[in-house]
Amino acid sequence: MMTRLMTATAVLALATPALADTAERRIALSNNYAGNSWRQAMLESWEKVTGQAVADGVVAEAPAFTTAENQATEQAAQIQNMILEGYDAIVVNAASPTALNGAVKEACDAGIVVVSFDGIVTEPCAYRIAVDFQEMGRKQVEYLSGRLPEGGNLLEIRGLAGVFVDDEISAGIHAGVEQFPQFSIAGSVHGDWAQDVAQRAVAGILPSLPDDIVGVVTQGGDGYGAAQAFAAAGREMPIIVMGNRQDELLWWKEQRDASGYETMSVSIAPGVSTLAFWVAQQVLDGQTVPQDLIVPFLEIQQDGLDAALEATPEGGVANVEYSLEDAQAVIAGASN
Amino acid sequence: MRRMDLRLLLPTLSLLLLLGAVFWMQPRAMSYTGLNLLFNLSVPIALATIAQMLVIMVDDIDLSIGTFVGFCACVTATFLHDTPLLGVLILGAAVAAYAALGALIELRGLPAIVVTLGMSFVWSGLAVLMLPAPGGSSPAWITALMKARPPLVPMAIIACVVLAVVGHLLVTRSSLGTLLRAVGGNARSVSRVGWSVVRLKATAYGLAGVFGVLSGMALVGLTTSADANIALRYTLLSIAGVILGGGEFTGGRVSPVGAVIGALTLTLAGSFLTFIRLSPDWQIGAQGVILIVVLAARLLVRRRAVR
Repeated sequence: MMTRLMTATAVLALATPALADTAERRIALSNNYAGNSWRQAMLESWEKVTGQAVADGVVAEAPAFTTAENQATEQAAQIQNMILEGYDAIVVNAASPTALNGAVKEACDAGIVVVSFDGIVTEPCAYRIAVDFQEMGRKQVEYLSGRLPEGGNLLEIRGLAGVFVDDEISAGIHAGVEQFPQFSIAGSVHGDWAQDVAQRAVAGILPSLPDDIVGVVTQGGDGYGAAQAFAAAGREMPIIVMGNRQDELLWWKEQRDASGYETMSVSIAPGVSTLAFWVAQQVLDGQTVPQDLIVPFLEIQQDGLDAALEATPEGGVANVEYSLEDAQAVIAGASN
Repeated sequence: MRRMDLRLLLPTLSLLLLLGAVFWMQPRAMSYTGLNLLFNLSVPIALATIAQMLVIMVDDIDLSIGTFVGFCACVTATFLHDTPLLGVLILGAAVAAYAALGALIELRGLPAIVVTLGMSFVWSGLAVLMLPAPGGSSPAWITALMKARPPLVPMAIIACVVLAVVGHLLVTRSSLGTLLRAVGGNARSVSRVGWSVVRLKATAYGLAGVFGVLSGMALVGLTTSADANIALRYTLLSIAGVILGGGEFTGGRVSPVGAVIGALTLTLAGSFLTFIRLSPDWQIGAQGVILIVVLAARLLVRRRAVR
């Protein structure tokens, strides 16, 4: 029995070649900015997961580098230095989708695997782990349609005007409203992804809105501010979709405990850097990986609230670190 | 002549010292490809530094060169690629605008620092208008030129040497260069002799515009596409490069060869800090320290030379 178990383990070990083939490989993270809580959490996740991977002998080394200033030219130089240092793969969160293409091409030509995530690069030889922001917007309306089958008026809080992410999420929300025509968007304000701005903006538009606002669709970082504005105006609290920020989750929990308030929360986990790490590892391992992958969202539902809040540091963002299996699932999902 | 040599000695020494350190830490850099990777991004910086030097030479300072290079990069990646004739016209108009600014600054006695700071917003605004989202693509011939692999010596080194020689001939050897330096040194005596200072300043700014355009084109050749914010850092890098290369803010005292070496030193300092794995929190500070050390050394050497 014992020997059979051991043979089984040995066979299993052989069946997962990921551990052996990349043990000598080195993967570097090129990051353009570290000045907010999301990026800090992203770097921490990278350190945690890659530290474990190095200890387990999956890869030889996986250091993270951040440019001192958020500038594309500086990051291009950083990537060229990484080529010189002979890394086998470079994982990039890029300062610009296009301005690094020259350096990325140099890396590809040198036989280096380049995986971009969050801030992706357009150079075709690189792998991209992109966020489907439109789906993030559409999903919110879908959730509301489940909660409020009869529909009603929605308030939309947008992000920073002129930024690509804002346009994408908003387009998704409007697509959602088209899909569920029982909803209509009664008003829309720019909250700049900041609670204080969102609070001021919502307080400003509330008097001009009809009384029956049933839901608020958001972009993250603005749900708490919106709730404060509704409370201050003495209005009935609509269903506000949250964005995984700690203050939003805390407010949600307080409301749930007080009055049974129900909503959901969705955003991108900073731990997506670890997904990029595993994707790079899989490519180095010789697996076939599609050039374009989609980041899964981190959704928090009513029953997962307590656990999510507990794991989120004060002032931070809910996070999740990805494992090799998660990466394989994402790759398999994109291959089909 | 001896003083000029001394002025160049220090930047050259600091460059060699840094290069030695980089080679020691990363022997892979000591190859054709290695040198190219180390230095190719310093070609546009060196061009921008020469542009800045031409303005500093006439006793002004240009705070708009970074956004101007970004603007030129956007024109190169859009108009010059799609409709070359229109692209050339726009770039020509940009150079003319630079010359006109030089004339305006002299005619109205405006402070260059204010005018160029204002212009930096104009250039970046125009760049955003042209390319609201990063993109565009590099004209094939520019990429071919920037990524060419000539035998023996990498393109980046050849480009820098050519730039230094052209700059030297233009500024130090030609009669125009002598006049322009004289404007920076003592504008009043130049005008007393009968030269038009307005015209000379316009020439200096126009030449700066030409080098700015070349910088933007070289940058796009390397990155293969543009971004309106691609070269914001160049303003400060170019000023630091001029001073590091032995130039002085007082006007008239500049060295084109030194400016190119200064630009190379700054790029190399960045790579050096990456190679020793210094935390990014310390990198800007460390770059500043390198600058201060070189400048302090220069002051010491100069004091000794005066004595």
